[in-house]
Amino acid sequence: MAISEEQVKHVAKLSKLSFSEKELHNFTEQLGEIIDMVELLEEVDTTGVSFMSNVTENLNVMREDVSEPGTDRDELFKNIPEAENGYIKVPAIMDNGEAGA
Amino acid sequence: MNFETVIGLEVHVELNTNSKIFSPTPAHFGAEPNSNTNIIDWSYPGVLPVMNERALEFGMKAALALNCQISQLTHFDRKNYFYPDNPKAYQISQFDEPIGHDGWIEIEVEGKKKKIRIERVHLEEDAGKNIHGSAGYSYVDLNRQGTPLIEIVSEADMRSPEEAYAYLEAVRSVIQFTGVSDVKMEEGSMRCDANISLRPYGQEAFGTKTELKNLNSLSFVKKGLAFEEKRQARVLLSGGVIDQETRRYDEATAETLLMRVKEGSSDYRYFPEPDIPKFEISNKWIEKIRASLPELPQERRQRYRDQLGLPEYDAMVLTLTKEMSDFFEATLENGADAKQASNWLMGEVSGYLNSEKMELGATKLTPNNLAGMIQLIADGTISSKIAKKVFKELIENGGDAKEVVEAKGLVQLSDPAQLLPLINEVLDQNQQSIDDFKNGKDRAVGFLVGQIMKATKGKANPGVLNQLLKVELEKR
Amino acid sequence: MTKLYDLDLVTLHEKLTTKEISATELTKATFDRIKETEANIDAFLTLNEEKAMQKAAELDQAGITSDQPLAGIPIGIKDNIVTKDLRTTAASKILANFEPIYDATVMNKVYQAGLIPVGKLNMDEFAMGGSTENSYFKTTKNAWDQTKVPGGSSGGSAAAVAAGQIPVSLGSDTGGSIRQPAGFNGIVGMKPTYGRVSRFGLIAFASSLDQIGTLTRNVKDNALALNAISGYDKKDGTSANLAVPDFTAGLTGAIKGMRIGVPKEFMGEGIQKEVREAVEKAVITFKELGAIVEEISLPHSKYGVAVYYIIASSEASSNLQRFDGIRYGYRSENVKNLEDVYVNSRTEGFGMEVKRRIMLGTFSLSAGYYDAYFKKAGQVRSLIKQDFDRAFEKYDLIIGPTSPTVAYGLGENINDPITMYMSDILTIPVNLAGVPGMSIPCGFAAGLPVGLQIIGKHFDEATMYKAAYAFEQATDFHQQKPTILGGIAE
Ligand SMILES: [Mg+2]
Ligand SMILES: [Zn+2]
Repeated sequence: MAISEEQVKHVAKLSKLSFSEKELHNFTEQLGEIIDMVELLEEVDTTGVSFMSNVTENLNVMREDVSEPGTDRDELFKNIPEAENGYIKVPAIMDNGEAGA
Repeated sequence: MNFETVIGLEVHVELNTNSKIFSPTPAHFGAEPNSNTNIIDWSYPGVLPVMNERALEFGMKAALALNCQISQLTHFDRKNYFYPDNPKAYQISQFDEPIGHDGWIEIEVEGKKKKIRIERVHLEEDAGKNIHGSAGYSYVDLNRQGTPLIEIVSEADMRSPEEAYAYLEAVRSVIQFTGVSDVKMEEGSMRCDANISLRPYGQEAFGTKTELKNLNSLSFVKKGLAFEEKRQARVLLSGGVIDQETRRYDEATAETLLMRVKEGSSDYRYFPEPDIPKFEISNKWIEKIRASLPELPQERRQRYRDQLGLPEYDAMVLTLTKEMSDFFEATLENGADAKQASNWLMGEVSGYLNSEKMELGATKLTPNNLAGMIQLIADGTISSKIAKKVFKELIENGGDAKEVVEAKGLVQLSDPAQLLPLINEVLDQNQQSIDDFKNGKDRAVGFLVGQIMKATKGKANPGVLNQLLKVELEKR
Repeated sequence: MTKLYDLDLVTLHEKLTTKEISATELTKATFDRIKETEANIDAFLTLNEEKAMQKAAELDQAGITSDQPLAGIPIGIKDNIVTKDLRTTAASKILANFEPIYDATVMNKVYQAGLIPVGKLNMDEFAMGGSTENSYFKTTKNAWDQTKVPGGSSGGSAAAVAAGQIPVSLGSDTGGSIRQPAGFNGIVGMKPTYGRVSRFGLIAFASSLDQIGTLTRNVKDNALALNAISGYDKKDGTSANLAVPDFTAGLTGAIKGMRIGVPKEFMGEGIQKEVREAVEKAVITFKELGAIVEEISLPHSKYGVAVYYIIASSEASSNLQRFDGIRYGYRSENVKNLEDVYVNSRTEGFGMEVKRRIMLGTFSLSAGYYDAYFKKAGQVRSLIKQDFDRAFEKYDLIIGPTSPTVAYGLGENINDPITMYMSDILTIPVNLAGVPGMSIPCGFAAGLPVGLQIIGKHFDEATMYKAAYAFEQATDFHQQKPTILGGIAE
């Protein structure tokens, strides 16, 4: 399956990346080749084969509900690009309703 | 054309664990921004989540209380989206194997009972909070990030804003009884998004729905849906179409306002969270959690009806909140009559709480002093009328009912030796009423009783008074 | 005076406990050696000189005892392992100035063992690549030939050890990133079983595949180092709650009766002739040692690369979303609104290969493609694991080449992602199945080392070390030295 430049643009949007026209063009070609490569999988019969998201055999890994104090706030803010009064500062959020749990 | 309203609700409930769902920082936070956060909450490079056992068990408990099936194989998924309050740019949630599924809850509207199906109950982490500044900046506080949540998704089974209201009340009550959350909408520990659409009566297919947000109280949910119901009907009747959009409820105008139009479905790229191993939930584990469930509102309601003989309505109102229901039961344990206790709690107590915007626990009223007061009414020490004064004193300042009555001299006058002179004094001054009485005008008795009550500052025992008055009148 | 940089861990330990040398002298000598060779190798991104010297002095003060086999020994750390107060970049512009505020669990283990971290090692950006050419900072060179790639992504970790800058390093392996550079540099590299070593503090590339491991110049050193960093960590839900055996216990040289399988898929088309011949000779060596070596089949291994690129890229696309310019890391100067913070910081901060994988991963997970790509890959992954499970019912170990070729020239494949991806074809299935894999030197092709890959059962690194040690004792490949380490230049 070839991938179109439009699709690549959409994926870039989801990824929060931007590309120049030339890069977009190259990417479309390269992603197309990679996708062709991975389409090799189509020949494998996976009927009834379970999907594996991790090889770990761990089950029911949990910690006790005991709280510990947070990390020192100055430490947490050590690498921050922009902060104010203990808050993380960002350019105004235009509430598009995407957020929310 | 006549429309049928179709409503489905998504309810988020914060679980009151000690620590967060995937990190050990406190789940109940202080005022200082970012003070209860750690490297995990900040999604520092290299950190990993580890599941909080109690959060999982609370999720199971809530799901069981909502009559859900428990997924015996369950796992977490990542929901990917960028937002400043979402520091990993993915939320750890559950997509295809929620902890609970296929539940239901019963509601009652205008005497009609109905089961609302619950599609799923899933566990997830809460996001931080964004504060919108005025100078082109927003500010992020991650204290709330990682607080355990359950999301309860109903089927689109509700047909009116009143049903939606009743559903939310019922869900809130059930969750509150389980003790896994304090479910306070005003404080955000319970939050609701509503989906609403209209369809012509008789049509099977759903119409296009809109999603309502910012519904911060039960009454806003009802008002928002009522507004939206009318708005959609207006659009449809004028030949328009409903856009699939998200709308915000505006508290000031009680209207819903457009937030954004949905361009297709959001692409959250859900996939299984590789950092958290799966959970296998045994029957034994499920039964252990089921056994830990307290008596739920439904069961209490039935007991109040069957064993205490309370009317259906009383049973329902008393079990709306666990606090009220527990208070009621404790009042009975202190010796009060069930119907009397119910009347007081549903009447004076609720009225007081509403007008003062207080919670029961914040008042000075206790099951003990309420029961004491009811006892004083029962044994004739005080009249119901006087009791209202006693009640006000008890709920505002507390104390023992009997002591209050004595200290304020509110004891009912039942002694004929004390009452008779007063009665005759009033009769002497009201010959006209005596005449009226003789002429068969029974209303005169009421007037005379009123006069005597006034003279005793309301303390006269109405039963005794009536009896004595009749005898004295006959004598005249 | 002996060249300290050429000594193995056991010898260094002896000299330290007998006080023939002090930890301070050894540490000082290590930095001297690094400075002397770094212009040729370019393995380090950050040096930790001041703190390392301080640590050494503390150790000297306290005295090193014989029950601390690694105390006072210098170690290098791949730069995707988080080190408190020591810059950690993952070789990316987006973390160029990142100062971690905590230590990875392996670092705590490193400190507990008394190892002295001397610096952070170059790698492909976010461990994405097989040549270390995808580093934002510099290009590391192969220890044997400075016109060749050191392999990757743990290229710095491998070249630094091979060139004698340090005797041991930590790397990480998601699809071959320890074994392939170990093979390219003629050293021993171990990717342990998934879950053997805590991932807490490893900057995630692909969470279900990543594993930290050890690189050394001989097998016993490697076993000692892996012992030091292994073990259960309650902060990593995927770490295994299993006892860690003494990996040096089986190093006797005796492997008679051991059953070894050689997958025919690993020896066929696309494998460089000299590489295949070196492995065939290794098979003979193992037979001479008394092992039973037979041809086996891992029929789904050929799908490994496709499965890997979908799964690893998908997980990576999600893992790397946290680099958004908000809480830490690079933020673009060119910002008018929040969207710019995201898009411009990420676009300017990530290199091309990283973007390529984010794009592929996002695509594989996006609506409408999930079933055909991500889910399908997860199913084929099950089949690949089943191949290994079946083989290990009959065999103790599986061996084959580590890579299809020896180290290639710098710049040779950089613009050809598919060829680059295919060079991991022999190492990838191991990560997909979660089993342990290691590379040991087994020969040379045109003067460049060939790596022999040894694959073991889940949590059976001990048997791998046992076989590797026997092979090492029976051969002298590990004693060959690159010119930079005193080998004869011809
Ligand atoms: Mg939702
Ligand atoms: Zn949610």
